[in-house]
Amino acid sequence: MDETDISFFKDGLRLDGRRADQLRPVKIEVGVLARADGSCYIEMGGNKVIAAVYGPREVHPRHLQEATRAIVRYRYNMASFSVEERKRPGPDRRSHELSKVSREALEPVIMTSFFPRSVIDVFVEVLQADAGTRTAGINAAAVALADAGIPMKSMISSCAAGKVADTIVLDPMKEEDNFGQADLPIAMTPNGDITLLQMDGSLTPDEFHRAVEMAMNGARDIYELQRLALVKKYSQMVELPGREEVHVCD
Amino acid sequence: MSVTNVISEIKKDFIFNLLLKGERVDGRTFDQYREISIERDVIRKAEGSALVKLGSSQVLVGVKMQPGEPFQDSPNRGVIITNAELVPLASPSFEPGPPNEVGIELARVVDRGVRESKAVDLEALCIVPGKQVWIIFIDVHILDDCGNILDAASLGAIAALLSTKVPASRFGLGEDYILPIRDIPIATTAIEFNDVLMFDPGVDEEAIANTKLTIISTINGNICGSQKSGTGMLKPEQVYRIIDIACEKAKEIREKFLEA
Repeated sequence: MDETDISFFKDGLRLDGRRADQLRPVKIEVGVLARADGSCYIEMGGNKVIAAVYGPREVHPRHLQEATRAIVRYRYNMASFSVEERKRPGPDRRSHELSKVSREALEPVIMTSFFPRSVIDVFVEVLQADAGTRTAGINAAAVALADAGIPMKSMISSCAAGKVADTIVLDPMKEEDNFGQADLPIAMTPNGDITLLQMDGSLTPDEFHRAVEMAMNGARDIYELQRLALVKKYSQMVELPGREEVHVCD
Repeated sequence: MSVTNVISEIKKDFIFNLLLKGERVDGRTFDQYREISIERDVIRKAEGSALVKLGSSQVLVGVKMQPGEPFQDSPNRGVIITNAELVPLASPSFEPGPPNEVGIELARVVDRGVRESKAVDLEALCIVPGKQVWIIFIDVHILDDCGNILDAASLGAIAALLSTKVPASRFGLGEDYILPIRDIPIATTAIEFNDVLMFDPGVDEEAIANTKLTIISTINGNICGSQKSGTGMLKPEQVYRIIDIACEKAKEIREKFLEA
């Protein structure tokens, strides 16, 4: 994390033309996989991530069963071709940690007590990485959970803030992540309850404060997009046999 | 996934009722750490080592160094590799086998503190640019898990590094010298339970709370790493409260134990 001679700002805008508090373009599609119970494809800037949810279903191996609730499993996996230098396939230490914190970001809102002795599996595949894959993964996973009809107390939305050239910026892209001074991803409910918070780099307590606030604003915007994507899928006209067209949802 | 400690409902109630009265099981205040002791150079075969006791929690950290190849994207910089072993002698809930996600997270957060604070001058560890650099292995051995092993491990890592001697003569690279350390990162962890923030949780306190936040701060009072862990939620105000106390506690611990 060196401050090299890269200049991060030009005429007050970032390398990709964004303002400091602006997200990269986001695209969310719901229900993209036929076999999964719920799925979501998301693009956040250069990130392309797909999430699938299976379950609630039987737990294998059986000893992982919990008598009073469903367990949640989350697998974050990067495709070998998703990064500049080929990544060796399979889980590494980073993906183990990300899987753990991502699961813990979603679990607080999943009503696991409805499904004792079962498992809710969340699989996240990073197809193309461009800084912020864990946040993209969580956003996709939360939508996929809703798409699978898993009862949840609320949506979860995730976004990062960073620090480059002594400025707090929203949703850092690759260059800003690699050569910036700090990275702070969060996930939260629409009410502002934080379910994921990580940080590396260097921030004063005041900057930390501002970065959390900025990331939360970003997450609020993403929440709107997640909601719209779900409404879009579930408000389509459907034809039920023997009846007239009905609106499933407005 | 199953490294959670199970405690009885009656104990849970007991801790909870105490907490409502503003008390803790061992009589501490909510932001009070258990007694800390750090013993350095306990392992002679290691380049640096430290045995940290945090109350009854015990963590041994050993540092080994050897020359090796640098990473391609940083040809002039030394390498730090941090590992943690949650060996089964330390807790009934630890099992033998390859590190699980709890061990991996622990190692990665300890690593984050050392790395992001830039405590070790990695450029000074270059031997032949692009070919040979020093590799530092920080190995964390949990011996007795009585809660908050993350803070203990992180304290052990920096204490061990502070006592590390680069074994240059063993590899025919000149005389041994003290590893230069530029910062002293301190990790402080709090749990949240019923809007009460408790620092340095004991093992039973960890079992009742489902949210933990670790803040790592540096000598100049900046934050160089943080990690929320557990399946609960935190309000932003709680995060800011933890940061305020964490930075203060870190300063106390640093001044008392490591800046001698």
